[in-house]
Amino acid sequence: MKLKEIAHSRTGDKGNISNISLIAYDKADYEKLLAGATAERVKSWFKDIVQGEVVRYELPNLGALNFVMYDALGGGVTRSLSLDKHGKSLSAALLEMEI
Amino acid sequence: MKTIRIGSGAGYGGDRLEPALVLMEKGNLDYIIFECLAERTIAIAQAAKLKDPKKGYNELLEYRMDRVLPLCAEKGIKVITNMGAANPESAVRVIKEMAEEKGIKGLKIAAVLGDDIFGSIDQYLDNEILEFKSPLKVLKDKIVSANVYLGSEGIIEALENGADIVVTGRVADPALTLAPLMYEFGWPYEDADHIGKGIMAGHLLECAGQVTGGYYADPGFKEVPDPWNLGFPIAEVSETGEVVITKVEGTGGLVTTSTCTEQLIYEIHDPSAYITPDGIADYTGVVMESAGKDRVYITGATGKIKPETLKVSIGYKDSFIGEGEISYGGSNAFEKAKLAGEIVSKRLKATACKITEFKVDYIGVNSLYGDYISSALLGEKPQVSEVRLHVAGRTDSREEAVKIANEVEALYTNGPTGGGGATKSVKEVVAVASIFVPREAVKVSVVYEEV
Repeated sequence: MKLKEIAHSRTGDKGNISNISLIAYDKADYEKLLAGATAERVKSWFKDIVQGEVVRYELPNLGALNFVMYDALGGGVTRSLSLDKHGKSLSAALLEMEI
Repeated sequence: MKTIRIGSGAGYGGDRLEPALVLMEKGNLDYIIFECLAERTIAIAQAAKLKDPKKGYNELLEYRMDRVLPLCAEKGIKVITNMGAANPESAVRVIKEMAEEKGIKGLKIAAVLGDDIFGSIDQYLDNEILEFKSPLKVLKDKIVSANVYLGSEGIIEALENGADIVVTGRVADPALTLAPLMYEFGWPYEDADHIGKGIMAGHLLECAGQVTGGYYADPGFKEVPDPWNLGFPIAEVSETGEVVITKVEGTGGLVTTSTCTEQLIYEIHDPSAYITPDGIADYTGVVMESAGKDRVYITGATGKIKPETLKVSIGYKDSFIGEGEISYGGSNAFEKAKLAGEIVSKRLKATACKITEFKVDYIGVNSLYGDYISSALLGEKPQVSEVRLHVAGRTDSREEAVKIANEVEALYTNGPTGGGGATKSVKEVVAVASIFVPREAVKVSVVYEEV
């Protein structure tokens, strides 16, 4: 299944670092996120975009994961050549990932 | 138990005003905050101040204060904002003059100063730049601004001295909310857990509509009622640090554990260590529960004592970007756009344009996600009825950037058939880098105007 069937997401940015949350609609699905959305799989999915490492943080109380993706925004919002300089649309890409 | 109600009237510099007015009229507020500074805003505002020493504050200050001032005076709601940007002193003079013109009396307006350390930047040239691990001196002649992320102390001092409106330059966004909580409840900095809870309340408020459904709707998956009439948030915070996020009844949008969770995690990186100048918040123990329609009850944040160093945002002249776009239609649109992209790339090489970084995107196909994810979603041969070519290149001079922009526009008569809607632009890039400085080196002060 695609992550979007069981989770929602929002992207933020700090400098050249993208920060994407992944939140289960139903906390019962948190274990599926934990097993399916590993840092390795997310890095592989974003291989065209993320040049650095991907770190995953776990928030079981909230049924949520937080991915911090380094060297991911073409130098950051102030100097990127991309149309979406903040990488705001990356949340939707994460939700398209199959688990 | 004492509870304070704080509304959030702006989540970015250009935010809408109407929801803030609804909050002030109907929100039964004690305070309203307006968060208006993005990473680069102050660097741009410094340029405005250089041109005119009276400017350099938020461009919508007058527009907002025209409506906010009468409500502030009538309802006794205190206003805290970073709309001072590069020039808080000038901003409070403007507010004073506006209040006088309106015949408003009995307001004390404070400017918090001390974040601007551009004048003493030379003493930090050996400090390491966080983003690229080299000393600050590599940017020496390009620096245009240097602003410390201040904490709550200046705002608290202003409130202690009776300020009704507090205008700052660069402060950490959560400080706009934490400061009135520390002032009202007497939370000391040593009480790290309460500080952590206050930082969390500030973090939930600082993007305004982002916690009330303003960045949430996904038709068929996440529905938002009456998004056109979006209400901005209110935090009810008790003296023990329990937080309820809500909004004015009858406004659009929604407040649920889902909207609050999206905002809680937004941009925090490590949830066990959200670092601000006032303390380090830990969200790993946070629990949310619904407490009725559009009310979410949030507890469990903790904290650690404030850091010894403060982050400085350095604005510097980085480069120029030349870019252009043009659209192609029909079932062969992508092929035509790709040919156009190839033509521009070859012409720029042939004319020896000095480009340090170059990017060609096809809007509608791969401009957001690149080829790997885009082809997973669309297939190898995407069926689209239109594609827009986007070409962008970085250069060291404006002249070279102009060449890039012009080559895209020239596709009108020098490219594939049927290209339309060409646009071009050239801009100077003021980028932002960060260093850390010792807390003791930063001196916060507050100045006042009264009507």
